[in-house]
Amino acid sequence: MSTTTIDDAVAAMPDARGHGGGGPAPIRTVVAYGFWIFILSDIVMFSGLFAAYAVLSGNTAGGPTGLDLFNLRRVYIETMCLLVSSYTCGLGALSAERRQLGRFLMFAACTFVLGAAFLFIEGTEFAGMVSRGAGPSRSAFLSAFFTLVGTHGVHVTSGLIWLMYLVAQVIAKGLSAPVLRRLLCFSLFWHALDIVWVGVLTLVYLMGAR
Amino acid sequence: MLGRLTWAAIPFNEPLPLLSAAVVAIIIGSVLALVTIKGWVPYLWREWVTSVDHKRIGVMYFALGLVMLLRGFADAFMMRTQQAIAVGDATGYLPPAHYDQIFSAHGSIMIFFVAMPLVIGLMNFVVPLQLGVRDVAFPTLNSISFWLTATGALLINLSLVIGVFARTGWMGYPPLSELPFSPDVGVDYYLWSLQISGIGTLLTGVNFVTTILKLRAPGMTYFRMPVFCWTALSASLLIVAAFPILTATFMMLLLDRYLGMHFFTNDAGGNQMMYVNLFWAWGHPEVYILVLPAFGAFSEVVATFSGKGLFSYRSMVLATLGICVLSFMVWLHHFFTMGAGADVNAFFGIMSSIIAVPTGVKVFNWLFTMYRGRVVFKTPMLFAVGFMITFVIGGMTGVLLAVPPVDFVLHNSVFLVAHFHNVIIGGVVYGALAGYNYWFPKAFGFTLDERLGKASFWCWLIGFYLAFTPLYVLGLMGMTRRLQRIPEPSWQPLLLVAEAGAIVIFCGILCQIAQLYVSIRARQRRLDLTGDPWDGRTLEWATSSPPPPYNFAVLPRVETIDAFWSMKRRGLRPVEPAHEPIEMPRNSPVGFIIAFFATITGFALIWHIWWMVIIGLLASVVTLMVFGWSDPREREISAAEIAEIERARLSVRQPA
Repeated sequence: MSTTTIDDAVAAMPDARGHGGGGPAPIRTVVAYGFWIFILSDIVMFSGLFAAYAVLSGNTAGGPTGLDLFNLRRVYIETMCLLVSSYTCGLGALSAERRQLGRFLMFAACTFVLGAAFLFIEGTEFAGMVSRGAGPSRSAFLSAFFTLVGTHGVHVTSGLIWLMYLVAQVIAKGLSAPVLRRLLCFSLFWHALDIVWVGVLTLVYLMGAR
Repeated sequence: MLGRLTWAAIPFNEPLPLLSAAVVAIIIGSVLALVTIKGWVPYLWREWVTSVDHKRIGVMYFALGLVMLLRGFADAFMMRTQQAIAVGDATGYLPPAHYDQIFSAHGSIMIFFVAMPLVIGLMNFVVPLQLGVRDVAFPTLNSISFWLTATGALLINLSLVIGVFARTGWMGYPPLSELPFSPDVGVDYYLWSLQISGIGTLLTGVNFVTTILKLRAPGMTYFRMPVFCWTALSASLLIVAAFPILTATFMMLLLDRYLGMHFFTNDAGGNQMMYVNLFWAWGHPEVYILVLPAFGAFSEVVATFSGKGLFSYRSMVLATLGICVLSFMVWLHHFFTMGAGADVNAFFGIMSSIIAVPTGVKVFNWLFTMYRGRVVFKTPMLFAVGFMITFVIGGMTGVLLAVPPVDFVLHNSVFLVAHFHNVIIGGVVYGALAGYNYWFPKAFGFTLDERLGKASFWCWLIGFYLAFTPLYVLGLMGMTRRLQRIPEPSWQPLLLVAEAGAIVIFCGILCQIAQLYVSIRARQRRLDLTGDPWDGRTLEWATSSPPPPYNFAVLPRVETIDAFWSMKRRGLRPVEPAHEPIEMPRNSPVGFIIAFFATITGFALIWHIWWMVIIGLLASVVTLMVFGWSDPREREISAAEIAEIERARLSVRQPA
């Protein structure tokens, strides 16, 4: 066994980020990286749902098509809500890094309200379709639609719950290092939902409402 | 109130499952009674159930795999026996409804609850030690992963007593697995137990990708990592990329079954072949998730017992990564008969054959490692040599099956059954057993009995050939898989040979149980005080056996491949440094509690007990939130405590 301590070794190798030989990466890097890998896996799951939608989108079984059902004006508002919420989420993350508690809480509130608005619009769209007899069991196309869009909606919902929970942590404990790491994971998650939504918007709504 | 659950769910009229369930219940009951009477419960709770130590979790994974191997083997033995006697007019002893459940359970259990826990168990135990670090990236998450896998195993076994298991085969193909054709709870047991354990596996993949890419000892660059770590990295990448596909696929089938959707139904535009495609888009990478870590274990074993560094380390790494990528481009060879056309089939046939190239590179590397080495034929090395021969045969029958016209003849025959058992037993199981014999002394501080180990190896080897060579022949003779009765009397002699093979494999399992028992009895004489019983090459042998909770008091400084070997060659004496206090993650019951509620939720979902579903889900979320609120999650081991442990270790390690 060598007698070198980890501190000596890290000092000898300034590139201590784990991809070379600099020793274990700092915990913030590890947490964010791990969560990022998890998000990738989540996106793979969505890709399965996207594939299913692509295969089944023409199988309307005599029922309504996307052209009959989608209202692009509403989808536009919905999309803007989510995209702007991502922007406020980013501003909130910056405020948190600068330990500006008040600004962080304000931006978190904006993010929450915009996310909730998105969910509300999606909920009314779903309810309207079901009431017109275009529920998920009407055709394979609608099964795939409700599952893909609904899974995204479930993610947004859990994101909102998570945000409330983290805001409670911030209020109770302040912007400590562990809390900041959790906020970092939340922002990664929230931005990833945007990326997925861009796919949904394109593949489902823009291509479906033509 | 209790959904679909009534007394009719208990199979009072079927003596066989009831009897086996009673036996299992008696065994579990007496173990629990023994543990309680001896007062071991607090110890087990403190040191194992709530442990977030990767070594303990690895051991628990491996133990789960071995226990479930007994269940899966019992299923196999029942099927072999049924096929050996139910020939011509004879009906055998298993009615079709029961036989169909057995072959479905056998496949599901062997893949998800035997092979996966064995492989992940090895990864858990070995990877942080080989990387020269103190734990995985997310230790508590690791505990959650394990307990969710255990939940899946529990649910799938529960179907033995309460309700039925799927009769659809282990792939659960629709439309058979859809509600109109499988209205009972069998498919739901299958889907929910695999969904829940699949979450655990996915989290393991995330954990190990992060660990291997972000947590390594100082100086351990990528090309200084042991090959086992490379294979564990590849398997983890495949888990991250493939398991979510399975989750999505099963989710769609569940939505079909629970909410009347139409992903894979016959009517309203459903598409059954989409299930088959998605299933194998996960399923083929899954094969490599299992076999790559086994390759890694063999690489360590062959290098150690040949007394040489691994031949062409870099080509081994590249072959591993090549297989990792190629494994996503071959899924269609599982259903050439779908009718995708000659062009598509030709593409996938060629891609499937190409995978044999990196695999061949690996085989040659192992052979050249042995060439002119001082080969020591300990049990792990016997398994490695047995693997090389057996796996090459399995690989060649695989290349044969990758030729689409041949596949049209052999599809769904027992030739295919023989092929995949050839590669899974010859690859994954031999690999797990080699790793078990190789790393056991590191885990427990004493070696396993060699005589019984070798006996178990010969039984596994001979038993395998007896059991599966006849199936190759029968497949060519036209016997299809999953036959509950054998219409053709001329097949019976070969089926009897296969039955004899199953008995020989059973002897191998008995030898292993005896080996464990004998070794534990004689552990005081078998102690490994050096921490390095095999003259090993990689860092796990640099620490004591069993390693202290923090693995390394001081993280080793890595300067070469085979870091420990070069330390020994340069004669670096273990010197006692000035110890610093070490922060280790605190034990946590969160994994066990979440798994407990996941079990309740899964059971309630299977039986449509909705109030219980809500309670279980809410309780899981609350548990996570309570854990998520806590910090700090570390405890400190004081410098004095470390110095004491290390001094005790060094005092026995000083060379005489």
